[in-house]
Amino acid sequence: MAGAMDLPPKGGFSYDYCRRNAMLADKGLKMPGFLKTGTTIVGLVFQDGVVLGADTRATEGPIVADKNCEKIHFMAPNIYCCGAGTAADTEAIWSARSFNFTVMQLVVNHEFYQGHVSAALVLGGVDVTGPHLHTVYPHGSTDTLPFATMGSGSLAAMSVFESQYKEGLTREEGIQLVADAIRAGIFNDLGSGSNVDVCVITKGKTEYLRNHQLPNPRTYVSSKGYSFTKGQTEVLYTKITQLKPKVEVTEGDAMEE
Amino acid sequence: MSIFEYNGSAVVAMVGKNCFAIACDRRLGVQLQTVATDFRRVFKVHDKLYIGLSGLATDAQTLYQKVVFRHKLYQLREERDMKPQTFASLVSTLLYEKRFGPYFCQPVIAGLGDDDEPFICTTDCLGAKELAKDFVVSGTASESLYGACESMYKPNMEPEELFETISQALQASVDRDCLSGWGGYVLVVTPTEVRERVIKGRMD
Repeated sequence: MAGAMDLPPKGGFSYDYCRRNAMLADKGLKMPGFLKTGTTIVGLVFQDGVVLGADTRATEGPIVADKNCEKIHFMAPNIYCCGAGTAADTEAIWSARSFNFTVMQLVVNHEFYQGHVSAALVLGGVDVTGPHLHTVYPHGSTDTLPFATMGSGSLAAMSVFESQYKEGLTREEGIQLVADAIRAGIFNDLGSGSNVDVCVITKGKTEYLRNHQLPNPRTYVSSKGYSFTKGQTEVLYTKITQLKPKVEVTEGDAMEE
Repeated sequence: MSIFEYNGSAVVAMVGKNCFAIACDRRLGVQLQTVATDFRRVFKVHDKLYIGLSGLATDAQTLYQKVVFRHKLYQLREERDMKPQTFASLVSTLLYEKRFGPYFCQPVIAGLGDDDEPFICTTDCLGAKELAKDFVVSGTASESLYGACESMYKPNMEPEELFETISQALQASVDRDCLSGWGGYVLVVTPTEVRERVIKGRMD
């Protein structure tokens, strides 16, 4: 029964539940929905580097599961990556880092995942040869562009870029344009929402402006709030366990002979 | 009917002042028939770390056993308990290994980390982590739970007030869901003690 005992596996996918799940699907039980990042993600190249932007909404079907999630992920101090699509896939791809990242991404997405891993990325960074911006699609193709948008809100954001982008933008203009594009996605696309995250990468310095703009504050909070009197909930039984402080073992002196 | 609705479940975790609370309903069903009214969905990993598993009950129990196994190996190697953030990554990895044939479970992880800072997070059935500073929900009653927690939650609640709030939010939500309910287990964990309470709810 060597196969049944779970020594922690060396990694990679395990397919042993596929047959069971297929059998359940045949019996009429529908597969669950996965967390998707509906998303608007954008990137543009300005005179000194790259600016990336993303919204912060994560959806589960029509429900907002997370109002402030992080979609801009760290790859290297000078390379950041935004992800759209199935959230688990983008997080997994992000954590499988490689130095020669774009090439690996192409190979992995194309040969290995073959589009089953639904992750679309906007990747930007600055190295010795200058600023670079790439997009990676779920099936593995890549583009290198001066400005790019991905995700369900990409059309709204691209309309902003196409009308206002020009070469040689300054840092402030770049950040403003990225924020405008993300806001277009937030307000016009239902799969994107909440706040604007921005990341500015230049030679030698990276600034991650988390929640750079908060255009959707929560205004419906009741001023009094709910307050429940103690004992309002009916309790059948209570069990109290005291937590013992952990005993620390410190090095002692050697015993004398 | 979706695979998640086969057994029915509701799990919620909330953050308070230097404490957290995690709660679940007690019903175990087979589609519309109720089979047990004392089913536990929240399990202890170590003194200050709990995991609640909603979704298919068999996958919840298997996943719990695997996770406890990995944690015990970690304890033997590292001679200490796992931090909640590390544990969340472990659960996420275990779930993602089964990307193309997943466990039908949505875990809710709650623990006290360094300096007894409360930590909560939930993942979807593939392992995508969602950290939150206020509350996390999962299960068939999750949509009602989102609404109830959104209105009832206040930051920095003391343990007693947190207990009342999470219990009322749980009760209000499961009363609107046919597949979960029949009372609730609520655990409130502070740095010095754990209070586990069984609360009375509608038995329909």
